[in-house]
Amino acid sequence: MLLGRIVEDIFRTDGRRVLAGLIRLTGDFDAAEDALQDAYARALATWRRDGVPANPGAWVNTVSRRIAIDRLRRDRAGDLVADVEAPQADLRQAQVGPEQGRRAEPDDPSGIDPSGIEDDRLRLLFVCCHPALSPDARWTLALRTLGGLTTREIARAFVEPEATTAQRLVRAKKKIREARIPFEVPPREKLPERIETVLSVLYVIFNEGYASTDAPALVRPDLVREAIRLGRLTVEVLPASAEARGLLALMLLTDARRAARVTDGGDLVPLDEQDRSLWDRAQIEAGVGILDAALALASPGPYQTQAAIAALHGTAATAAETDWPQIAALYQALLRWTPTPIVELNAAVALGLATNLKFALEWIERIEGRTELTNYYLLPASKADVLRRLGRQQDAIQAYRAALALVSNPAERRYLQRRLDAFGDRVD
Amino acid sequence: MKYILLIYGDERVWTSMSKEEMAKVYAGHRAYGKAMTEAGVMKEGSELKPVSTATSVRFSNGRPKTVDGPFAETKEQLAGYYVIDVANLEQAIDWAEKMPGMTTGTVEVRPLA
Repeated sequence: MLLGRIVEDIFRTDGRRVLAGLIRLTGDFDAAEDALQDAYARALATWRRDGVPANPGAWVNTVSRRIAIDRLRRDRAGDLVADVEAPQADLRQAQVGPEQGRRAEPDDPSGIDPSGIEDDRLRLLFVCCHPALSPDARWTLALRTLGGLTTREIARAFVEPEATTAQRLVRAKKKIREARIPFEVPPREKLPERIETVLSVLYVIFNEGYASTDAPALVRPDLVREAIRLGRLTVEVLPASAEARGLLALMLLTDARRAARVTDGGDLVPLDEQDRSLWDRAQIEAGVGILDAALALASPGPYQTQAAIAALHGTAATAAETDWPQIAALYQALLRWTPTPIVELNAAVALGLATNLKFALEWIERIEGRTELTNYYLLPASKADVLRRLGRQQDAIQAYRAALALVSNPAERRYLQRRLDAFGDRVD
Repeated sequence: MKYILLIYGDERVWTSMSKEEMAKVYAGHRAYGKAMTEAGVMKEGSELKPVSTATSVRFSNGRPKTVDGPFAETKEQLAGYYVIDVANLEQAIDWAEKMPGMTTGTVEVRPLA
């Protein structure tokens, strides 16, 4: 059973890295996933007999590529393979007899070429973010292939029937195959127009990792790491994009607070109550540095604005020392970039903390009146927090209850419940 | 891989053009066709006559019926097409982006089966 866990872990991490290369090799998302799946089955059997290899990632890479190539060769009679650009080196390697092939195989750490794999994953990111795919298809595909989420997890995260997610994935893969969206980083002159979709998809991956809709612990560090890693690669590819740097800074600054955000028991800690000694200072400094480099490009945008807000929180020694007037001003700016009710809600709270909480309450009530956020638990939750700070206990209790009725994440639910408990009020 | 580039636009924009403007668009298409031929991607292409010349044969319960007009009355009409042979969608989009005479309108890029 333990082996099963190990194999599963390796495929969740290394397997995902290998997948991008398999997609390039086969030119087909489904064929790549099938090959990886078969390699998984083979790993279970082989490793049980021989033990886990020293470099399991390299083993998975070599074996799954071999499986994929064997399939391609078997299908050679069919018309599909003629279109596949299989790297010659791989085909040669596959044509080597089993004896010779074995030597170069499982534990050879050189079996994975890190730079090549990074490139493949970047290519995969650009395929997933291709403008020929619908926006929904983009992040679904990215979460599935780059994030390694199952269809079920994606469906739960975005509150939709699993069949809807599955169908969207099938359609997207089919479009890529049939319209032949190439597996490549677009030419330099096209990068600027692609950057926006890439950044928005990275942001979805990051958010799903940082504030997981589903995971009991609220955080999926693997997704966060993946988003940050891809964010770095994007900055490398597009050094002139201020927003790419802005998003990277935002992710680093936000993630730097991770250790303080959730207690060991899995409880959510609001920003003003977090133990700031748990914040990752080095990462905050790195984030601020990247943000400064972004701002120096003098091309402002929503990610840089959000990163600037995160930087102000990150560099405040205590919650009381938070520079709310500047944060409120930044939210106003953000509202011009992205005029969504959720940003507006944040802007309202920031304004209240910068000036007078009554203004926040009035603004939140105006948002309520427009009914766009009727089912969004943070609306009543934010209102409740403001009411609590204003000392209007009865109204606060009512708002917390309204939020409880809408919240889905267990940790967020417990947070609201704690607030209610503090009033000596239990809701079951 | 072959793609068809279907050119859609508002016919009224076209019919309200001056002779000189039309000549400019035609010259644009000649240069475009030449560039495609030189790149070795051009298969065929043509302008279509206006939708007022269109006839549709509609089928209902398997029976054909001839009617006046295009398949659908829309703001943008099919005005012409090119068939090109390129490596992938990216290259097809590259050509579509270079379509001459387009200030508004749409070029639909569809792979041929």
